[in-house]
Amino acid sequence: MDFLNSIILLTNFIIVPGITYGSQLALGAIGVTLIYGVLRFANFAYGDLMAFGTMVVILMTWYLQSKGISFGLLPTALLALPIGILLTIAVSLFFDKTVFEYYRNKKSNPVTFIVVSLGIMFVLNAVVRIIIGPNDINFMDGHKFIMKAREFKQLTGLNEGLAIKSTQVITLITTIITCSILFYFLNKTKTGKSMRAYSNNEDLALLSGIDPKKIVLITWVIVSILATVAGTLYGLDKSFKPFTYFNNLLPIFAATIVGGIGNPLGAFYGGFLIAFSEIGLTYAYKKFFKYIMPESLEPSTLIQFISTDYKFAISFAILIIVLIFRPNGIFKGKVI
Amino acid sequence: MIKDIDFRICFSVMTILTVLVGLFQSWGIALSMLNLCLISAVMAMGVNIQWGFAGLINFGVMGFLAIGGLATVLVSVPPVHEAWSAGGIGILISGLFLAAVVISIFMINKKLSKHKYKNYFVFLIIILSIPLLKFIAGPSISKIESINAATSGFLGGANLPIIFSWFVGAILSALVAFVVGKVCLGLRSDYLAISTLLVSGIIITIVKHEEWLSRGVKNVIGLKRPVPYEVNLQKSEWFINLVQFFNSSKLSNVLDPEVKISLLNQLVITSSGVFVKLCFSLIFLIVVFVILYYSEKALNSPWGRMMRAIRDNEEAARAMGKNVVKQHLFIFMLGSAIIGFAGAMLVTYDGLFTPSSYQPLRYTFLIWVMVLLGGTGNNYGAVLGGFVVWFIWIQSAPFAIVVINLFTSHLDETSYIKDHLQNSVPYFRYLMMGLGLLLVMRYRPKGLLPEKVIKN
Repeated sequence: MDFLNSIILLTNFIIVPGITYGSQLALGAIGVTLIYGVLRFANFAYGDLMAFGTMVVILMTWYLQSKGISFGLLPTALLALPIGILLTIAVSLFFDKTVFEYYRNKKSNPVTFIVVSLGIMFVLNAVVRIIIGPNDINFMDGHKFIMKAREFKQLTGLNEGLAIKSTQVITLITTIITCSILFYFLNKTKTGKSMRAYSNNEDLALLSGIDPKKIVLITWVIVSILATVAGTLYGLDKSFKPFTYFNNLLPIFAATIVGGIGNPLGAFYGGFLIAFSEIGLTYAYKKFFKYIMPESLEPSTLIQFISTDYKFAISFAILIIVLIFRPNGIFKGKVI
Repeated sequence: MIKDIDFRICFSVMTILTVLVGLFQSWGIALSMLNLCLISAVMAMGVNIQWGFAGLINFGVMGFLAIGGLATVLVSVPPVHEAWSAGGIGILISGLFLAAVVISIFMINKKLSKHKYKNYFVFLIIILSIPLLKFIAGPSISKIESINAATSGFLGGANLPIIFSWFVGAILSALVAFVVGKVCLGLRSDYLAISTLLVSGIIITIVKHEEWLSRGVKNVIGLKRPVPYEVNLQKSEWFINLVQFFNSSKLSNVLDPEVKISLLNQLVITSSGVFVKLCFSLIFLIVVFVILYYSEKALNSPWGRMMRAIRDNEEAARAMGKNVVKQHLFIFMLGSAIIGFAGAMLVTYDGLFTPSSYQPLRYTFLIWVMVLLGGTGNNYGAVLGGFVVWFIWIQSAPFAIVVINLFTSHLDETSYIKDHLQNSVPYFRYLMMGLGLLLVMRYRPKGLLPEKVIKN
């Protein structure tokens, strides 16, 4: 019984939140890695692109709610998602046309691209804050819990409860759907293959008649979809605040590099690795050990490796370790 | 000769902006803008040394500024004796432990530099030391934080004049930069950018959450000043006489003695604020000139030439026998020291240390915009960038109000859109910054004052 309790405890506090947070990071990291692979720069505006997409979704959700439309048990935001995606694509393509294309044609160095993406970051930051404000917004509606901790306790008769929020299930399902479509597209379709070829060797790809303009366009479309979906899922699960979205850029970058920059599958695993280490290393295991250890050996301290305040430090530490031991990332980078 | 032109542009722009604000708004606002411009100029020169001289991307500016700020607390605040007697020994022991860990890591690096499992040893030591450190320091930290939690709850500082803290801030920043540089400087440009950004995030979390050291989010207020306080000035004889002297024509027009005295009081109060700011401006100006002078000297010295050579072609410089790694580390430390110095200046000027106010947009990327806009690799450019960008940053809110009123003049006073836009005026400065950066990168990629190529 104690063993079961300890397992439920870990599931409730580490595995379920880890999978949710990991999926959100993974979606974000795939976006960053695709930009890196195809367009060859680290996009610092990505966090704010996520915030922009989420903002459109929120505005649309409010509009739908005012019209009395809802999605039943599911959050209304899922209905608003397509509009958010479309507008984010429009914004990405607008910035690509007005800003990035010029430097791409000039074949500028990566640093110039980073600096330019900083400029876009400032602009998007301002746009989001001017339109929706800097405050916390909770736009989750519909059914909140699939399983409440108390219900679970009654159902099983265990001491520990297992709470599953509907946003967590939605996140997981959406991530699975999005990633399967994406990896099918990249690995099986002709366009996806040409994208990978372009990322692998630009000159060879051009020689074989691949249209670079089309590749860039498709990349921005995919990246915008991923950014909006990841942003909306994160906002549904926690809440929407522009500053948090900017800060999420850091673990997303860490996940990208850890998984091998330019490698979508690596970014996917990287997201989960970062999420699980952040949650696993900041969790206090006192209660867990209480269940599995005999009474005489019960711990007196929290058994917490590092306090929750230092979440950032974990993504950085993993990043540094990976860069020292495997500079190309855990999974070989630079090919998508 | 060319240098002279840059110099003139730079400082005439500065004077014109200050005078304009002084005439149209008020001299108090103009001087506080000038002071923050001067501090920004120092920050920009620090970044320029790293990026303009050596081509190192440091997105961790915010972290080094916070270290400078922390130094003001550690140097100038009076020590809290109760806290020292309660937990001082524990903190000292854990400090020694930390030093031992760092030394052992360096020893391993030196002695076992060829060993296969060297990295694993280092990794193991770091992993083991974190819980141990927590175990050693934990009890004393909670003791310290529980003493007078509302008013102190930290160890305090050394109770020295605050000017010292600027130098301490620089030294501390350089030390941190040494550690960061050892780990990160080998990375490629974009990796370096990301990892320094992460490092600055970690530094901010440490400053925010280690309350025994910095009071964390509870902030430290009422720091010392290198200049007199307004209240003392208002009481001192010579200052009142000075105000009387400067405003003699205004005062002589007033005949009623009572009105005259109240007017004089009013004048003394307003001019005491201006006087204090003026003192700050003088000190900051001296700092800017000294750093500018030495940066220029360094840039034109054989050392500066070598740095530019390394920046422009690392391989060639290495082939010429230059120690690129060592020079990179050195210049990273130097730039970070200047940034730390500026961080201490900023906190001194504000008179309070608020760790939660450090945000990357304001304290890292804005400084970068200053350098890029002003002119990479040109010290005068960095100073000019500091001025222009800070001016835009401050003045974009009033400007945005004018624009909004212009565009929404046909709307009702109670209209939702107008109200909403007026509430979001502070965020227009981000828009201005972004657009400014994009325009400069497109049409003047080398900045307003481009780098001068010196041919000997």
